[in-house]
Amino acid sequence: MEATLFYILAAVLLIGILLAITARQAVRSIVYLVTSFFALALMFYLLGAPLIAAFEVIIYAGAIMVLFLFVIMMLELESPEKLAKPHFKNWLPALLLAGAVVGALVVLLCSRLQAVPPGFTEIPVRQFAFALFKQYGVAVEVVSMQLLFALVGALYLGRRR
Amino acid sequence: MSVPLSHVLIVASLMFAMGLGCVIAWRANVIMMLIGIEIMLNAVMLTFVGGSAHWGIADGQLFSLMLMALTSAEVSLALAMVVYLHRRKQTVNTDEFDSMKG
Repeated sequence: MEATLFYILAAVLLIGILLAITARQAVRSIVYLVTSFFALALMFYLLGAPLIAAFEVIIYAGAIMVLFLFVIMMLELESPEKLAKPHFKNWLPALLLAGAVVGALVVLLCSRLQAVPPGFTEIPVRQFAFALFKQYGVAVEVVSMQLLFALVGALYLGRRR
Repeated sequence: MSVPLSHVLIVASLMFAMGLGCVIAWRANVIMMLIGIEIMLNAVMLTFVGGSAHWGIADGQLFSLMLMALTSAEVSLALAMVVYLHRRKQTVNTDEFDSMKG
């Protein structure tokens, strides 16, 4: 049951991303991406990471994508946000590189027989928080400073002259 | 859940390949390039969470949390820069920003 749900969510995720990268308008691309990030959040929940799933919904789908949407609507791009679609000669190197990645994956998977699929273990929030604040406390401090610098940089770039 | 780790890795690498393709194909548009970078970072997060669930250690989830903090900082700076560049040249086309002839 859970495995079936996982494959359905994976299909939603990949189709959403495929539609997002081929959309003609940036706004539609953002909306497709929000849909696929919701599917990704459910996949995180199935993999035993409820906290990361919540953060995915709150931070990614709720904050970052809405920030993108605000900027796209603020910029007043020419006639309703219609982007110049890339030509085939632009898609060609992209397809080549993506094909190389997928080909490497296929070679890797065919090279050895898969073992018996082990189940996933769920990590409780208590263990997560313990590791975060006991083991990686310095990293939390560094991240807070990084966010402060990003705030200062964004204020500097966005000021009116 | 009884999905093998390799299937999670397959989904993540397909996602990464699509994000890479998005960055390269839309290299004339700054916003679509940023969207491609977001897709690639999410693929990496899926890999981290899958590995964390496979080995039963919280470190993978921790690093996906760090990755989220990194992404929010990166996106706020990058979008501020997009607004700044659009104010200068009235476009988001990267070909217009060639004053360094790079």
